[in-house]
Amino acid sequence: MDGVSQAPEITPSPPVQPVASASEAARIVARATAVDAVGLEGRAADLATRSIKRDSKVWALELAIRCMDLTTLEGTDTTGKIVAMCAKAVRPDPLRPEVPSAGAVCLYPQLVPIAVEQLAGTGVAVASVAGGFPSGLGPLDARLREVADVAAAGADEIDIVLNRSLFLGGRYAEAFEELVAAREAAGSAHLKVILEAGELGSYDRVRQASMLAMAAGADFIKTSTGKIGVNATLPNALCMMEAARDFHRQTDRRVGVKVAGGVRRSKQAIQYLVLVHETLGPDWMAPELFRIGASSLLNDVLMQLEKERTGHYSGPDYFTVD
Amino acid sequence: MTDRLDVRRTAKLYIGGAFPRSESGRSYEVTTHEGGPLAQVSLASRKDLREAVVAARGAFPAWSGATAYLRGQILYRVAEMMEGRRAQFESELADAGAADPARGVSATIDRWVWYAGWADKLAQVVGATNPVAGPYFNFTLPEPTGVVGVVAPGDQALLGLVSRVAPAIVGGNTTVVVASERSPLPAVSLAEVLATSDVPGGVVNILTGRTAELVPWLASHMDVNGLDVSGVPDELLTDTERAAAENVKRVHRAPDADPFDDAAQSPYEITAFTEFKTVWHPMGA
Amino acid sequence: MSEAIERPASGAPPWEYASAPESTDIVRLDDRYGLFIGGEFVEPKSGKWFATISPSTEETLAEVAEADVTDVALAVDAARDAAPAWRGLAPAERAKYVFRIARQLQERAREFAVLESMNGGKPIKESRDVDIPLAAAHFFYYAGWADKLEYAFPGRGTPEPVGVAGQIIPWNFPLLMAAWKLAPALAAGNTAVLKPAETTPLTALLLAEVIQEAELPPGVVNIVTGAGETGAALVDAQVDKIAFTGSTEVGKIIRRSTAGSGKRLTLELGGKAANIVFEDAPIDQAVEGVINGIFFNQGHVCCAGSRLLVQEPVFDALLGKLKDRLQTLRVGDPLDKNTDVGAINSRAQLEKIEELVESGVGEGAEIYQPECLLPERGFWFRPTLFTGVSQSHRIAREEIFGPVLSILTFRTVDEAVEKANNTPYGLSAGIWTEKGSRILHMAQRLRAGVVWANTFNRFDPASPFGGYKESGFGREGGLHGLEPYLTFDGGAP
Repeated sequence: MDGVSQAPEITPSPPVQPVASASEAARIVARATAVDAVGLEGRAADLATRSIKRDSKVWALELAIRCMDLTTLEGTDTTGKIVAMCAKAVRPDPLRPEVPSAGAVCLYPQLVPIAVEQLAGTGVAVASVAGGFPSGLGPLDARLREVADVAAAGADEIDIVLNRSLFLGGRYAEAFEELVAAREAAGSAHLKVILEAGELGSYDRVRQASMLAMAAGADFIKTSTGKIGVNATLPNALCMMEAARDFHRQTDRRVGVKVAGGVRRSKQAIQYLVLVHETLGPDWMAPELFRIGASSLLNDVLMQLEKERTGHYSGPDYFTVD
Repeated sequence: MTDRLDVRRTAKLYIGGAFPRSESGRSYEVTTHEGGPLAQVSLASRKDLREAVVAARGAFPAWSGATAYLRGQILYRVAEMMEGRRAQFESELADAGAADPARGVSATIDRWVWYAGWADKLAQVVGATNPVAGPYFNFTLPEPTGVVGVVAPGDQALLGLVSRVAPAIVGGNTTVVVASERSPLPAVSLAEVLATSDVPGGVVNILTGRTAELVPWLASHMDVNGLDVSGVPDELLTDTERAAAENVKRVHRAPDADPFDDAAQSPYEITAFTEFKTVWHPMGA
Repeated sequence: MSEAIERPASGAPPWEYASAPESTDIVRLDDRYGLFIGGEFVEPKSGKWFATISPSTEETLAEVAEADVTDVALAVDAARDAAPAWRGLAPAERAKYVFRIARQLQERAREFAVLESMNGGKPIKESRDVDIPLAAAHFFYYAGWADKLEYAFPGRGTPEPVGVAGQIIPWNFPLLMAAWKLAPALAAGNTAVLKPAETTPLTALLLAEVIQEAELPPGVVNIVTGAGETGAALVDAQVDKIAFTGSTEVGKIIRRSTAGSGKRLTLELGGKAANIVFEDAPIDQAVEGVINGIFFNQGHVCCAGSRLLVQEPVFDALLGKLKDRLQTLRVGDPLDKNTDVGAINSRAQLEKIEELVESGVGEGAEIYQPECLLPERGFWFRPTLFTGVSQSHRIAREEIFGPVLSILTFRTVDEAVEKANNTPYGLSAGIWTEKGSRILHMAQRLRAGVVWANTFNRFDPASPFGGYKESGFGREGGLHGLEPYLTFDGGAP
């Protein structure tokens, strides 16, 4: 399949170990650097005004696809819906085979086996939410079992939520332990920890939660579940990226960043890529370390790619809904 | 050539940035100062008033949270729009019996510009840092009180109206205005100007109708923080103030000056609906 | 049909920021500009002209007139003639003229921004997002004061304009400085003669067009272009007040030459501000603040944070982040929307910077500069850090007025305050810490006219700006900015 940009193979790797113990959790939180909201938001707004050149724009749009976790998390998701979405993820634009596949699909546990079957051999990963998503407040054993079950069913990546009830209640050691336990239950699957930045209350808290999750062994930190009012925002993402940058400096470990929820337009996707480039550098400009969880974004990116090719604006009629 | 039939305006309420008719379906006839028919105007009910207060409250966080500079810019734009509609305002003032409609419109626009210029200066004149006797930084800031009910004067239907509304909103309050009962059309035109001037919906809400019917509901509303009683008839004033006591509204009446006079405009018309917040913070290494 | 898009072999992405040049088509330049006197452009009596260039390309943009003593006298006469009618206008009418200027600046904002970057060298994103909007805002703010002066100085008596103001402005924020000078002067009822800087006359001359469009009565604002001699002529002319922004050295000359003349004087001079970072600062935002503090406008800023005082425990981490951040700064074409650092304003200024930087190296400080390609033509200097700096080094004492940061360390609050104050200058200072009481404590003790806490280089027409000590006297902006342009019946001036 020469000439086709492939999504990366997700090769199982030995699970990362936590870099601290639960007893250090409170100290990790206390020592997290302060974040000035006005300064952070100003920097994010400034970076959002960067513009990138035509060829690089095409490359960036294709990277956005390669980094996309094509997502559906609805109570109404049926087998048929998943089959169609998987097909779209593998070949987003039926008329243009050179458009790369998405990085992954992201769905609910019950639908994992169908996706595993549909995506076998395509290079598109199966990511599943687990652990009582989105609130994460069911009984702990049930939550951990869900993580293990989904890993056993073949999920390559597992997205869990940070326990905000514990975190915002100041019970950092327990929150940390839950993350470590989920890390173990996930086995060799990559673990993404959702911070739910939109409800943590301040950027200081977003930074603290980032450091806690990374110390507990997360492969990725993720902004949001997409289920509340405030999802991915440029400032939240920037805050998390700054945390990941410092974590890398301190431990030599690279943790990925995923933005999810509310990213609908190509312009936004490119703005997030600018943040990654300016904050974390070229190493993070790859699906191994950066993801966008989205659904309607894909068609908008395809439309923008079409515009770059043909020179005129396209319309939704020319792209498949799934 | 046959005479052209003109398309008559429907005069509706202005609530939340939209122009609904009264939910009661009622309207009343407005006459010229000589008694001839002029227009049918919506007759607002207490339910319309209730909706207007909801709209005003809803608009308050964003309006009070905007920078003073932005509020000043928006108010200046209102003046630009008014200038463009001079002819309409002058004609309405003539119908209302104004002796010099052109002078009235000019004075109105200039008054609006005067108040617009206060937005980013008020804090410097009425705020303070206070030299308390201790290692504390202490400062006092003016803040808008919230939703202000404005009962517009019965006459001076444009200049008088604007002299009440502009100071109320420049500091960040939102308003529910009961327009002059006998000359509501300038208020309706003002609403149309506001709707085209980047003023967010809900910052000014204008109800046309019977003053005596609407005022008691406005005065007793527990989610209204201030009440400008300039247009409340004398016989209703005592009851109005009594009703306003229920949630300790700030009550204020326009100064007794010729509205054309400079004495009728003052930053203290703004502070009538302003709170003062004082903050302490220690100073130490 | 799509061309083959170059894909990376592996690793490094072909990620480049667009050379996203703002088009210069919006600017229509004449070959030659006369002096703006009595509401019209007129030929200089001096008969002399000089070229004004783009410092990024060195190409000539236009010729402007060089005003001599006679020309300056004519301009002052025009201002004097226009004064009674202008002062006699109803204040509300005066206000509306100034509002018109503000509005026109907003309408022609893009044109002004492009011209400012062409003539001065600063990045278009700064002229577009900072200089021009603030200039319009200054006219807006002061317009609103014109008819409210009685509220500004309670108990002082009736405010009256001082008369004719001579105003001399620098090249680092050409249009913004014109706004800072003209807006309060006009609002207070004065007439003015403005002398733009020698290297940056063009946006002031475009402002003259706006002034004509606003139908400001002729002679209320006059603009005389030229160099140092034109400025000196204006200082000596029959004006009632001089307002000067520029170097401390020239400020002292002006102070000496106006001595005994009774002329009112305000001076906004140089600085060597300390930007002080504590261990508990929000470090990533502090990095942005330090970078902005010294590299905004290529460091051509009187209030630039040119001395970084770092609390020792956080020195290594902060330095590492600063160096990394320097690598991401884009130096280049001012008209490119992605440029962070533009051209140095003139060859003369470039030579001054180079001389001081050499002295830094010579005195033993350690220099760091990122690698970046600089264009062949034009005046450029790489963003530069010096570590191992002590207070006695020239680079710690003298104003460089370029993109050069001198970094020193401290241990305690008292030491930081002492070092920050240990300079003849006193224009501004920055404090980075999460502790509110420390901010206020230090703000109280820093001998600087502007203190920024957890931010830097913030300006607003409502916020008074000016220096202590040899950074000058008088304030611009806010209620305080009116005072230099007013005199009071029966009270102290």
